[in-house]
Amino acid sequence: MLTIDKKYSKLESVLFDHYVANKNDLNSSCQPGVSDEREKAFNFFKETGLPVNKDEKWRNSLLPKHYGQSYTFDTSPVIYDKAAGEIFDCVIHGYSAHILPMLNGWYYSSSKESMQILEDGVIAGSILTAQKEYPELFEKHFGKIADFQKDGFTATNTALFRDGVFIYVPDNVIVKNAIQLLMMVNRDDRLLMNSRNLIILGKNSKLDFMHCDDSINHDSSFINTLTEIYLDENASLDLYKLQNINDETTLLNNTFIYQEKDSRSKVAVLTLNGGKIRNEIDVDLHGEGAESDLNGIYLMDKKQHVDNQVFVRHSVPNCYSNELFKGVLDDEASAIFNGHIYVAKDAQKTNAFQRNNNILMTPEASIDTMPFLEIYADDVKCSHGATVGQLDEDAMFYMMQRGISKQDARLLLMYAFASEVTSKISIDPLRISVEDMIKRRLRGELSICEKCVLHCSVPDKPIEFEIDMSKI
Amino acid sequence: MLLNIKDLHVSINGKEILKGFNLGVNKGEVHAIMGPNGTGKSTLAAAITGREGYEITQGEIEYKGKDIEDLSPDERANEGIFLSFQYPVEIPGVSMTNFMRTAINAQREYRGEESIPAGEFLKKMEEKKNLVDIHSKLTKRSVNEGFSGGEKKKNEIFQMAMLEPMLAILDETDSGLDIDALKVVARGVNALRSDENAFVIITHYQRLLDYIEPDFVHVMWDGRIVKSGGKRLALELEEKGYDWVKELY
Amino acid sequence: MKDGKGKNGVLEEVTSGEYKYGFVTDIEMDMAPKGLNEDIIRFISSKKNEPDWMLELRLKAFRHWQKMKEPKWAHVKYPPIDFQDIIYYAAPKKKKQLESLNEVDPELLDTFNKLGISLEEQKMLAGVAVDAVIDSVSVKTTFQDTLAKHDIIFCSFSEAVQNHPELIKQYMGKAVPYTDNYYAALNTAVFSDGSFCYIPKDVRCPIELSTYFRINAANTGQFERTLIVAEEGSYVSYLEGCTAPQRDENQLHAAIVEIIAMDDAEVKYSTVQNWYPGDKNGKGGIYNFVTKRGLCKGRSSKISWTQVETGSAITWKYPSCFLMGDNSIGEFYSVAVTNNYQQADTGSKMVHIGKNTKSTIISKGISAGKSNNSYRGLVRISKKAANSRNFSQCDSLLLGDQCGAHTFPYIKTGNETSIVEHEATTSKISEDQLFYCRQRGINTEKAIGLIVNGYAKEVLNKLPMEFAVEAQKLLAITLEGSVG
Repeated sequence: MLTIDKKYSKLESVLFDHYVANKNDLNSSCQPGVSDEREKAFNFFKETGLPVNKDEKWRNSLLPKHYGQSYTFDTSPVIYDKAAGEIFDCVIHGYSAHILPMLNGWYYSSSKESMQILEDGVIAGSILTAQKEYPELFEKHFGKIADFQKDGFTATNTALFRDGVFIYVPDNVIVKNAIQLLMMVNRDDRLLMNSRNLIILGKNSKLDFMHCDDSINHDSSFINTLTEIYLDENASLDLYKLQNINDETTLLNNTFIYQEKDSRSKVAVLTLNGGKIRNEIDVDLHGEGAESDLNGIYLMDKKQHVDNQVFVRHSVPNCYSNELFKGVLDDEASAIFNGHIYVAKDAQKTNAFQRNNNILMTPEASIDTMPFLEIYADDVKCSHGATVGQLDEDAMFYMMQRGISKQDARLLLMYAFASEVTSKISIDPLRISVEDMIKRRLRGELSICEKCVLHCSVPDKPIEFEIDMSKI
Repeated sequence: MLLNIKDLHVSINGKEILKGFNLGVNKGEVHAIMGPNGTGKSTLAAAITGREGYEITQGEIEYKGKDIEDLSPDERANEGIFLSFQYPVEIPGVSMTNFMRTAINAQREYRGEESIPAGEFLKKMEEKKNLVDIHSKLTKRSVNEGFSGGEKKKNEIFQMAMLEPMLAILDETDSGLDIDALKVVARGVNALRSDENAFVIITHYQRLLDYIEPDFVHVMWDGRIVKSGGKRLALELEEKGYDWVKELY
Repeated sequence: MKDGKGKNGVLEEVTSGEYKYGFVTDIEMDMAPKGLNEDIIRFISSKKNEPDWMLELRLKAFRHWQKMKEPKWAHVKYPPIDFQDIIYYAAPKKKKQLESLNEVDPELLDTFNKLGISLEEQKMLAGVAVDAVIDSVSVKTTFQDTLAKHDIIFCSFSEAVQNHPELIKQYMGKAVPYTDNYYAALNTAVFSDGSFCYIPKDVRCPIELSTYFRINAANTGQFERTLIVAEEGSYVSYLEGCTAPQRDENQLHAAIVEIIAMDDAEVKYSTVQNWYPGDKNGKGGIYNFVTKRGLCKGRSSKISWTQVETGSAITWKYPSCFLMGDNSIGEFYSVAVTNNYQQADTGSKMVHIGKNTKSTIISKGISAGKSNNSYRGLVRISKKAANSRNFSQCDSLLLGDQCGAHTFPYIKTGNETSIVEHEATTSKISEDQLFYCRQRGINTEKAIGLIVNGYAKEVLNKLPMEFAVEAQKLLAITLEGSVG
């Protein structure tokens, strides 16, 4: 099948062959503009292949070590009679979000309704439908925020994406309840999915968006998601990424955010379980007064691997960004953090901060952290800090002296360590739910179970540390 | 006249703070400028010393008979204008000794004089330190770094003693000082007072004036002087409060 | 405020300092033809009358180098180097063996005088032994007598190859094997000369050893090689100072410094580097691609790098410590100033292998003009390096809005009992500090010099006294634009 000389890995061949074999099918449901993008992206991929460890941004990544695997593709959606909620019951207790379900890389709707108009003219549904029904909105932003030439994964996502979600919030609309994207995978063969999301927030609008990646089974799959987000002037987005996938799955999450004047983005990446996860967040602060607050917590064990790549570009003066990523690595888990603050020439009065703190629990766990600053303007306040260490011995001793068991003291300190990030979640029921999950996670109680990873709809007894706080 | 400020208007970021300020200071005089917060007292100090961002939109500052608008802050300093800062900045890694020696030599160079010999400099340091009760170890530290509030203010007076200015402006030097430190500061100022120099004391409270007796007291309100008088004006002000000033205005 | 020059005017003046050390010493040279091939390597080796094993090593390195690619990852930009357009060997013609300073070429002595480091003065006042290296070959080493009393070997690398082949064979390439990187391979193939220093067991070297490097002949690559071996319980402080005369062509300098410290040994290595940085328009200047590495081989050994970098058009340099022995300590203190079109990509590597190892990195970058100054560092804690500690602090100061300051730390930790802390800040010079100084009568140039020196104090304090004074002057010169 291969027509050029480059030596491809198994995975690259699979991607290559799939495009060649399914080109017509992929384009049949697309606008001509999208087809052109696909072809360009494919040609780029043909030249460059997938990223390798020699590439600066992929130095320590475990992903390239698994390019020898083969995968299948779902070329059409599976139609179940059941509503999404019956397949996957994931609701945050005490909170009702508007759910956009995706199953095996396809927008899932039992009622065949792939696009809805919600209150105040908010549009939400399948990106495939959106490009036909809202071609103007779609074409204005699709492929404009993300650069498919970033690497082989962004290129293959562009060339091969089947479906994804589209959200449009009109000017001046404050969306009351969060919109929740549920990415579910339930297949018993090795499935590779390329899903593509586009989220557009109009002027002065506000949206809470939850992006949940969940596995329903134990089989390995490869999820390559690319999300483009456009924030118009004074728009405000809270983005929560909840990641709870099985240990076999590879998840690659590319999020590009483009911010106009005075817009605000707040991102929380909550990684609680997953085989190999790579989150790339790319924020372009492109209008003065734009702000971005990027937070993450990762709690990994076994042989899990998480990689957070956060790039913030200060293109113009007077913007603010803050990054805070914290992680606990247990067993043989490994993590990578690369924060990169880029301050363009003349982007004066920039305030940009970055911090990454890690705790290693075992001799086999490891962390690579690379907090970068690249600064071409002088009137800036920028700082970064990174630490790798253990729980504070003095605090441990202090608590134990007050009668708290060593185990409880450890849990309490780890919980406190994580809470610096979780306390930033502004949707209370979500925060409580996440904190609850973290407590379970720290006690080793949270793992992939038969049906639902999150247990969120099962409000069993609240988790309490058995600690008498009055003793402290 | 040593300092003659005529119809001075000063703006910061386009906002006018001083709105027609007038003041004449002769050698040998001590002037106190009083007034509530936000009336432009510190702006006055900044304008006289040439701080960047303080734009003179009208009027002039005449010092030793010349308009000083075109002089840089260091040139003004070398002409004998000294400011005791309200919030002295910390300069890590630069020892007080090195700092003072650089400043004194800059002054000497400005006057076309030779650099100060090391022995003479150290002798002068010792002498002036005693004047304001500064411990030796303080001058070995970096400029203002880790100094307490009182130490910082004493350090300002110490520097004033070292540089022997003709016009010294004390900007809220009394704020945050306990009574003992206040006395030390006052003693320093009184020791330096002569027929050849002048002081402008910017203060919110009258209490520093118990120890440094002013020849004139001016009350500032909304960017200009609204009342001038002798030292009794300060007492009157203390008694009646600043609301009284507003009525004058 | 009206200011004659205005802030930008002053900054421009401050950042337009001309190189102070631009002069050429006219000493007869003995040169190899331009270019690099096995014949040139044989020429160099035979010129130096080297034994076969050394020639073999050179050739092996050369063959390896031919297979390698020039590294591109550093945050620097420069036109491609034509390695065939470089003269790989130039030696001052030896007239006869020199016995005293009086016999040294007067022009050479004058060169040192211009640098303010005359051999005589140093000999008398500072008690520093100087191994003066002019373009690759040691001319004269002083203080041999004092050192001989302690059985300390301090000689040119070539002499060491002749007189101490067993030591060279044992230690050369142990810290920096020729396979390590492109420039290490190149250096091993063509190195001209350098210094060798051997401190025997339990000897505290009574004087600070010093080498002044100068790149002198036009178009001559300088390929120094320094090897310092500190035996058990010994101590030495080594000073390296560099200046190069002003030339229009870019000159390549790819040196290797290797340090090996045995049990309880301590080596302090201090560098003040002020090679020609190119002119105000970025023309000319030295390309300084150096591999410096120390092995803390023994228990409780300590290697400390201190550097003040003000010169070179391009600097690419990461003095490193491999902390192999338990309880060993590595330190890196650096001030790097870039001005005009200079580019620096410099930092340190601390590799923790032994237990209870400690490392400290303090880096102060100062960027001015249109320069780019990057800190790049690696801290690696291996699985077995239990209870290890690293603390890194990398601060950047920006003078003017045309320059760049970048920080690229890499931290790899694989041991749960270790603690790694990294902090970095970037800011411009404080307006409040500047105004405070100016209110005391200190002009902007001097104020910047004062504040920058204060900012770098933590590192300058680590330098030996004689060096600290020179370094402070250099910082001021680099930023002030005034000569002397």
